[in-house]
Amino acid sequence: MLKLINLYKTFNPGTPDEVRALSGVSLSIAAGSFTVILGTNGSGKSTLLNAVAGTFTLDSGVIELDGRDITGMPEYKRAAYIGRVFQNPFSGTAPNMTIAENLSVASMRGKTRGFSPALSSAAAAGFYERVKSLNMGLEDRLDNNIGSLSGGQRQALTLLMACLNKPRLLLLDEHTAALDPKTGAKVLELTRSVIEKDNLTTFMVTHSMQQAVNLGDRIIMVYKGKLIHDFSGADKKALKPRDLYELFEEIKRRELIDPGVCDILKANYV
Amino acid sequence: MSLLMATFTIGLILSVLAIGVLISFRIFNFADITSEGSLALGASVAAVLITSKSFGPFTVLFISAAAGAAAGALTGVLHTKFKINALLAGILVMTALYSVNLHVMGKSNVALMNEETIFTLFNKHLSISETVNETVKISGFLVNLKDLSSALLSLVGAFVCGLALYLFLKTKLGVAMRATGDNTQMASALGVNTDLMVISGLAIANALAALSGALLASYQGFADVQIGLGMLVWGLASVIIGETLVRDKSIGLAITAAVMGSIFFRLLVAIALRFGMNPNDMKLITAVFVLMALIIPELGKKNKLTESRIVKTN
Ligand SMILES: Nc1ncnc2c1ncn2[C@@H]1O[C@H](COP(=O)(O)OP(=O)(O)OP(=O)(O)O)[C@@H](O)[C@H]1O
Ligand SMILES: [Mg+2]
Repeated sequence: MLKLINLYKTFNPGTPDEVRALSGVSLSIAAGSFTVILGTNGSGKSTLLNAVAGTFTLDSGVIELDGRDITGMPEYKRAAYIGRVFQNPFSGTAPNMTIAENLSVASMRGKTRGFSPALSSAAAAGFYERVKSLNMGLEDRLDNNIGSLSGGQRQALTLLMACLNKPRLLLLDEHTAALDPKTGAKVLELTRSVIEKDNLTTFMVTHSMQQAVNLGDRIIMVYKGKLIHDFSGADKKALKPRDLYELFEEIKRRELIDPGVCDILKANYV
Repeated sequence: MSLLMATFTIGLILSVLAIGVLISFRIFNFADITSEGSLALGASVAAVLITSKSFGPFTVLFISAAAGAAAGALTGVLHTKFKINALLAGILVMTALYSVNLHVMGKSNVALMNEETIFTLFNKHLSISETVNETVKISGFLVNLKDLSSALLSLVGAFVCGLALYLFLKTKLGVAMRATGDNTQMASALGVNTDLMVISGLAIANALAALSGALLASYQGFADVQIGLGMLVWGLASVIIGETLVRDKSIGLAITAAVMGSIFFRLLVAIALRFGMNPNDMKLITAVFVLMALIIPELGKKNKLTESRIVKTN
C-alpha cells in the first residue's frame, strides 16, 4: 500500500551542520496495518514521517502510495490521502479561527474548495455530531476560537480533523508526548478507537515502550537514519517493554563504543 | 459643511484601501507596502482611461482593480515561489510600480477636468447639475447636493466592497485563506495550496487598494504619481483605530471597524488641520500614532508577564 524505496536525505549538505537524517530507508506497509516507529532522539523518525507527508524534497528514493509514485507530489496534494497529527498540540489547528471553521477547512481535505459557504447549516450539524463524539463538551463551543482551548482539547480536535475525511494513511508524530498523562491517555484512546472504526493504515512515532507494545501490529526501530529492527506478527506480539529497553541499551553501548573504535583505528592506521 | 462632507467621502474612499490592508495585515500578518504602489497604479490607470474616453466609468474601475490585482499577485509570487521576504517583495514591487505609473500616465500627474467619472455619472442619474451648486437643508445645515451624492456613492462603494470581502471570507476558499495566514503548517497538512492562497489574497488586497486609488482620482479630479505615498500607514491606522473602536474580533465587525476607522481617522486629521496643525507634520504624526497603537498592547502584555512571574516566585 505504502512503499518506501531507498530514501536518502541529508540536511545542510556541505556545511558543518550536515546531518544525514535518512540513509537508505526501505519499507513496505500493508493496507490496514498499524506501524509503531521507535528510536532515540534525532534518529530520523520525524524526518521519515515528513518524507512521506512531503514537507521536503528527498535527495533520492521513491515513495509509492497505492502503486502510484508520489515522490514529486507537493505536500498539499498528498494531503488528499494523508491525515496528520503533530507532536506540538498547537501545530494542527488555526488558533484565531473557530472550532467550526477549523473543522470546515479539514472537511475539504482532498476536495476542491470553491465559493460555497464554509458553514452551511448541514455542515454545522455534522460538525456538532463529530465533536460530540469526543465526549469533551466541546460541541457547545463550536463558535469559540480554538486558541482558547487547552493543548489536549486541541490535540483531540486535530485528530478528529485528520480523520474527518477518511485518510488512506494516518501519520502520528508523538502526538501525546506534550500532554499530561491523563489527557494523553484520553487522546490515545480516541486514536485507538478511530483507527479501529475506520480500519486506518497508521504510522505512529512514540517514545513510550508501553504504547509500542500495546498498540499496533508492527514495530520498527530507526537509528541514524536507518531501519535497524523490524518486528511484526508473532514477534511483535511477544515483545515486552523490557525487550525494547534492551534494544535501546544496545544502541547506547554502540554509541559508547563508536568513538573508542575510532581511536583504535586512528592509533593503528594514521 | 462642505469640508465635513469631503472628509467623509475621502474617509469612505480610503476605507476600501483599509479593507485591503486588513487582508494583508490581519490575515497574512504583514504590512504589504505594495498597496501604496497599487493605489497609485489604480489612480493612474483610471485617469488615463477616463481621459481616453473609450471606456465607461464602471469598466474603468474594473480595469484599475485588475491592474492592482496583478501587482499584488506579483508580490505574492516573489514571496512564495522565490522565497523573498514578504516586506522586501512588497518594497520591490512598489518601487517598480513608481516607474510603471509614470509610464502609464506619461507624466507625473493627469487632471480630470470635465471628464465623465463614476461620480459625475451618479450625479447625472440623480439629475444633479455639475455646474450649478444646488443645496438642500438637512437638520438646519445647508448641504451641497453634489457633495451629498459623492458621499452617498462612496458609502455604497465601501459597503459593496466590505460585504463582498465578508461573504468571500465565509466561503470554503475564504476559510482556507484565513487558515493559511493563521497556521500555514496546518493548512498545508489539510490540503490547502498555501502559496496560491497567499498570491490570491494579496491580489485581492491590492485590487482593493487600486480601486480605492481609482475612486480617489475620480473624486479629486486628478491622479498624481505621489498619490500613494504614506497610504499604507494610513490604512494601518484605520485598521488599528477601528479595532480600538470595535473590540470584537469577528470578521464582519473587523471589516466594519476598518471602514469606521478610516472615516474616524480622516475626521481626526481634518480637525487637527482645522486647529492649526502644520500639514507637513501629518505623516509624522500618523506614523507616531500607528507606532503607539502597535506598542501599547505589547507593553500591556509584558506588564502582565512580569506580574505573573512575581506571583509565581512568591
Ligand atoms: N529541517 C531540518 N533542517 C536541518 N536538520 C534537520 C531538519 N529536520 C531534521 N533535522 C535533523 O535530522 C536529524 C533527525 O531529526 P528527526 O527530527 O527526524 O529526529 P527524531 O527521530 O524525530 O527525534 P525526536 O525523537 O527528538 O523527535 C536530527 O539530527 C535533526 O537535527
Ligand atoms: Mg521527532
